[in-house]
Amino acid sequence: MQRTVALVGTDAVAEAMRQINPDVVPAYPITPQTSIVETFSQMVADGAVNTEMINVESEHSAMSAAIGAAASGARVMTATSSQGLALMWEILYIASGLRLPIVMTNVNRTLSSPVNIHCDHSDSMGARDSGWIQLYSENAQEAYDNILQAIRIAEHKDVLLPVMVMMDGFIISHSIDRLDLIDDEAAGKFIGTHKLENSLLDDQNPTSWGSFDGLHGYYFEVKRAQAEGMKNAPAAIKQIGEEYGRISGRPYSFFETYKMDDADLALIALGSAAGTMKAAVDELRAKGVRAGLLKLRMYRPFPSKELAAALSHVSTVAVFDRSDTLAGELGGPVFVETRSSFYDAEKRPLIQNFIYGLGGRDLNVDLILQAVASIKSNNLVTYLGVRE
Amino acid sequence: MSKWDISKIKEWGWQEHPIGSVIPEAATTDGYATGGWRSIRPILNLDKCVHCFICFIFCPDTSIVIDGEKMAGFNLQHCKGCGICAEVCPPKAIHMMNEAEALGLEKCLLPEEKPKEEKSA
Repeated sequence: MQRTVALVGTDAVAEAMRQINPDVVPAYPITPQTSIVETFSQMVADGAVNTEMINVESEHSAMSAAIGAAASGARVMTATSSQGLALMWEILYIASGLRLPIVMTNVNRTLSSPVNIHCDHSDSMGARDSGWIQLYSENAQEAYDNILQAIRIAEHKDVLLPVMVMMDGFIISHSIDRLDLIDDEAAGKFIGTHKLENSLLDDQNPTSWGSFDGLHGYYFEVKRAQAEGMKNAPAAIKQIGEEYGRISGRPYSFFETYKMDDADLALIALGSAAGTMKAAVDELRAKGVRAGLLKLRMYRPFPSKELAAALSHVSTVAVFDRSDTLAGELGGPVFVETRSSFYDAEKRPLIQNFIYGLGGRDLNVDLILQAVASIKSNNLVTYLGVRE
Repeated sequence: MSKWDISKIKEWGWQEHPIGSVIPEAATTDGYATGGWRSIRPILNLDKCVHCFICFIFCPDTSIVIDGEKMAGFNLQHCKGCGICAEVCPPKAIHMMNEAEALGLEKCLLPEEKPKEEKSA
């Protein structure tokens, strides 16, 4: 039995955490994630969960504590944004290197400088090589659904990698949205129980974690194995997404397509902008443009083959990036990786980039239509919405 | 608990290494000497030692050897000669000696310790 509720995005995340009832949550507040931690700590105080909540002194400590707890066999979750994610950057690599199934919600907020608390994807994009699986949510419903699935994905025996679930800061985190929650029993059954091999607390089979490789030189082999975990992730994400679909009526995969079957122009977006894009697609269709949207959910690993296949019939692709690689003429990260996916394709569409919404700059339907109209003027990378 | 067999580790392909490089054994550095880094070593004066174990608490390399209720000496396999034990010892029962001197080799002196040489004509 599902329950329809109206919740702000952060409360939808806290609700998922309540149903998961993680063993340990070490967390530090940062706008716009704070409400997740506040709401969840109220749940802890009320005895609604059995979680050991640790109010650490920084995000660096949050992820460090998460690693210690996860290596001891606990189910661990946390949440952060922006500078917080940046502060835990060195530890992210350790979490994925140790193959720990930590699940973290990252509420997308831009990185300073200048200081700006609003949404763009620079924070999570900065961690795209950290070995974490990255799932982007369009709205509160997806954030809730993604977090439940993230537990299963991270703990999958062929994956064993930490998972980051993204949700746009303020746009989704602080807006009330309508969503359906699966019941506690169904959620509990879906995530199952967690048993870690080689737990630090297993005194019958003691282990050593965080070994020093240095002089002996087996780092490369361990990294290769980590890469394999990431290569195995798509199959696990697909299977778990289908299973979740059976219990919720909302199946998930690598991306969602909207009016793509007969499309000639494809728009690619991540996060909340995808919602605005659907409205733009409808308007374009009304004008006779065969537009469609590909909303990317799984960004790490990057579904290059599937993406190229899904877009093989279009002549034009407009990739909307909410962050910049600041690599000169290269454009945004999704643009770079989309082009790379097409390099070996027989037929390559025209692929152009629109970098939008940095520092929370609003994206509306008019701006999207403007962008689409400008495609013929042949600018490879356009900064959409900046004051020239 | 059988010892983790790494006799052929140099031949292992990436699939043979434990996931996350988690070693299926504890205290593996026990048999691995890290004391070779030392350039000064602690020397204990048992007459002054009051067996308070403050050196044991502070030693970062767990290299203070305790025998029953008594301070017994230093584990030179792992002592890196940081000198913290000598620094914190309340009765100053520990002093740091130049490693070369302790090994009976010619002393390695710091420039300011070298005796002034007579200039040759």
